[in-house]
Amino acid sequence: MSTVTNQTPAFAIRDLAVYFGLTKAIRNISIDVAAKAVTAIIGPSGCGKSTFLRSLNRMHELVPEARMTGDIRLFGDDIYARNIDPVVVRRRVGMVFQKPNPFPTMSIAENVTVGLQLNGVRDSSLLAEKMEQALSMAALWDEVKDRLHAPAISLSGGQQQRLCIARALIMQPEVLLMDEPASALDPIATAKIEDLIVELKKDYTIVIVTHNMQQAARISDTTAFFYMGELVEFGATAKMFTSPSKKQTEDYVTGRFG
Amino acid sequence: MANLNQHNMNSTNHSWRNFKNGVMQTLTFVCAILVITPLVLVFYHLLWQGFTSINLDFFTQLPKPTGETGGGIGNAIVGTFVLLGEAALLGVPVGVLGGVYLSEYGTTKLNWWIRFTADILNGVPSITWGIVVYALLVVPMHGFSALAGGVVLGMMMIPLVMRTTEEILQLVPNGYREAALALGVVKWRTIVQIVIPAALKGIITCVLLALARIAGETAPLMFTALGNQYWSQKLTDPMAALPLQIFNYAISPYDDWHRQAWAGALILLLLVLSINVGVRFLTRDRSRQRNN
Amino acid sequence: MNTARKRYGDTVFRCLTLLMALSIFALVALIGIELFEGSGKSMHKFGWHFLVSSVWDPIAEEYGALPFIFGTLVSSAIALIIAVPISIATAVYLTELAPRVVSQLLTMFIELLAAVPSVILGLWGVFVMVPWLRDHLFPWLQNHLGFLPLFQGPIYGVSMFAGGIIVAIMIIPIITSVSREILQSVPKLQREAAYALGATRWEVTRISVLSYAKKGLFGAVILGLGRALGETMAVTMVIGNSPQIVKSLFAPGYTLSSVIANEFNEATGSLYPSALFEMGLVLLGVTVLVNALAQLLLTTFAGPNVKPQN
Repeated sequence: MSTVTNQTPAFAIRDLAVYFGLTKAIRNISIDVAAKAVTAIIGPSGCGKSTFLRSLNRMHELVPEARMTGDIRLFGDDIYARNIDPVVVRRRVGMVFQKPNPFPTMSIAENVTVGLQLNGVRDSSLLAEKMEQALSMAALWDEVKDRLHAPAISLSGGQQQRLCIARALIMQPEVLLMDEPASALDPIATAKIEDLIVELKKDYTIVIVTHNMQQAARISDTTAFFYMGELVEFGATAKMFTSPSKKQTEDYVTGRFG
Repeated sequence: MANLNQHNMNSTNHSWRNFKNGVMQTLTFVCAILVITPLVLVFYHLLWQGFTSINLDFFTQLPKPTGETGGGIGNAIVGTFVLLGEAALLGVPVGVLGGVYLSEYGTTKLNWWIRFTADILNGVPSITWGIVVYALLVVPMHGFSALAGGVVLGMMMIPLVMRTTEEILQLVPNGYREAALALGVVKWRTIVQIVIPAALKGIITCVLLALARIAGETAPLMFTALGNQYWSQKLTDPMAALPLQIFNYAISPYDDWHRQAWAGALILLLLVLSINVGVRFLTRDRSRQRNN
Repeated sequence: MNTARKRYGDTVFRCLTLLMALSIFALVALIGIELFEGSGKSMHKFGWHFLVSSVWDPIAEEYGALPFIFGTLVSSAIALIIAVPISIATAVYLTELAPRVVSQLLTMFIELLAAVPSVILGLWGVFVMVPWLRDHLFPWLQNHLGFLPLFQGPIYGVSMFAGGIIVAIMIIPIITSVSREILQSVPKLQREAAYALGATRWEVTRISVLSYAKKGLFGAVILGLGRALGETMAVTMVIGNSPQIVKSLFAPGYTLSSVIANEFNEATGSLYPSALFEMGLVLLGVTVLVNALAQLLLTTFAGPNVKPQN
């Protein structure tokens, strides 16, 4: 990976299609996801946004009948190669979910460090150091540093979601996938998450699924518009929202859609 | 109502319907009372007949020989706990791990067959289990033993624990599994360190309920643990158990033994019911969450 | 390298849990094999005649299962006749008609009744219920319904009827709680549709709930039957243990399970225990068939409502 430069895309995706049983959830997707930038995936519900996102860290394989064709390269490595374990892919590609899902039986501190611990890190001073880093990066350190051993579910929804981001960040992933991370939050908590995303893109590649077009416009550099399992348009966010090249995109971003 | 009655709904019909409604409400209520009457009566008689016979000797002493009064059933009380411990050693790991397979791995078709078979096993008469383990262990080992008693109870626990563990693991939100897997945690660690701890309270509950259920089993112990008038020294000796002792005393012709049967039954019932009631308190918030 | 080791852990754990899950089939095989082997001698000697012969004579080494099959069927039938209407009415009361608090309280009591060990119910049956039946209910029945052969003959107390009643007490909680779950799974829309027509509560129950849940309730009853057939301790203590086939319900009887319970440890020689093993096999065969039927009825009923909408 020494040849990786800033121009190398984080993901190079070619002819991606995902099936669940006999139904084709997405097809013909070929895009490059830029490194250290925010890429937003938008589109009406059921268009395959989440499936696409989950194919990037092989989470879609949790559905027993899922199958994919095509080629996805993460900084040049084929993540679907025969000898690649999905577990390794997921360690390089972190994920934050729609609803905050901290582990209910664990404290705040345990929630953040659980990923490292389950991967064999035992050194407690190292864990403490990494935890502080991750929580600071997730802009949560100041709010929880005095009650690290309180149960994670005692936090507010917005804090829980930032905790989940910290939990993903501690693994030092190369990419962070976010599946509508603010859809269950109130406007103030949402604003905090959005600020955080803009801050994180200095160090991380972020792919975010959102159904909120203002959010995509505010935080992303590049936007992909999906419709009925296909990629309709892909390009710079500013252009997508001001002068889209496709009629369908224009209808969707201006709210004239179905 | 007035203009409704002008249509084809005359008022006699209407009050007849209301009357019928009232009759059925009363009738079903009476049935519900009838259902719990035996519980009240059993409890009342056990307290009435058994309570006065319970003293320290009853818990610590061995049974007295025929004809002598006094003595206790200490060996049967200890025996019941030993047998339950043995049963748990066999039934809990097999049942819980099997439940993990059903909930976390299994294929739809295989799961259907396992569930179906487990439910049928739950309906196999307990006496049948008794003679099966008699043939399996007592005959080859040339004698009745506490070991055989523990094995038969453990076997009966397996399908019970497996089905309930599966149900409880299914209640763990998928988000926890996904969150762990997305951190690059391997699946078995996700299950052991995330999924099972999240469901631990429920699993303990179902194990306790299974133990409460087999604690009262008599028939399977008659041909395995057999019963014993003395303290058992080894697991290869026959062992006394509360339900066996109650049965033997109840069908005996001696009044003093009848008295002890009542007292033993009271102890056994208190043990079983306190587990059941305790568990209900433990799980109150969980079941409430589920209802919402 | 690391990857390979982790994969290994996953495979081991998966196989371990699979093995435990498959132990269910091993248990079934074990029960079947042991009972078949145990009853070999008796099967060889008596063949199918075993099932229809009513001679039970350990001294002459003549064994027939008919009186026990008869006793099992009759006591179970009595139990169902008593338990089914009471259980279903109670389930209806609990789900449809009772105030919430009352319903919760009664449900708890019924679950506790289900937890009472069989031997305790038997003890109570012998010393409390049987004397009461002998002194009060049975004479009353004989006075009023004595023209029926069922209620004729001498009254001992311990009897087929007493066995049936005690089994009824044991299966009522099972039928009630399964029926309650079935009724609860009836979709809300079903009820609302009937309410919207101006139906009273009972009419709603009858029209939309009971007719919708028929199949599931039948499954609950069959499940109760399965338990009734195999019930051992309580029955053994009150049925009188006498292998005979007579019309009167006041006469003592005997069941498959109670003859095993009473005579297995005293069965000497090789043919006697073998005959008892065959009784166990007959009992197993019948209960497995009945339980399989019950499970099929219950799962196909619950099929479309696996995920209730509340």
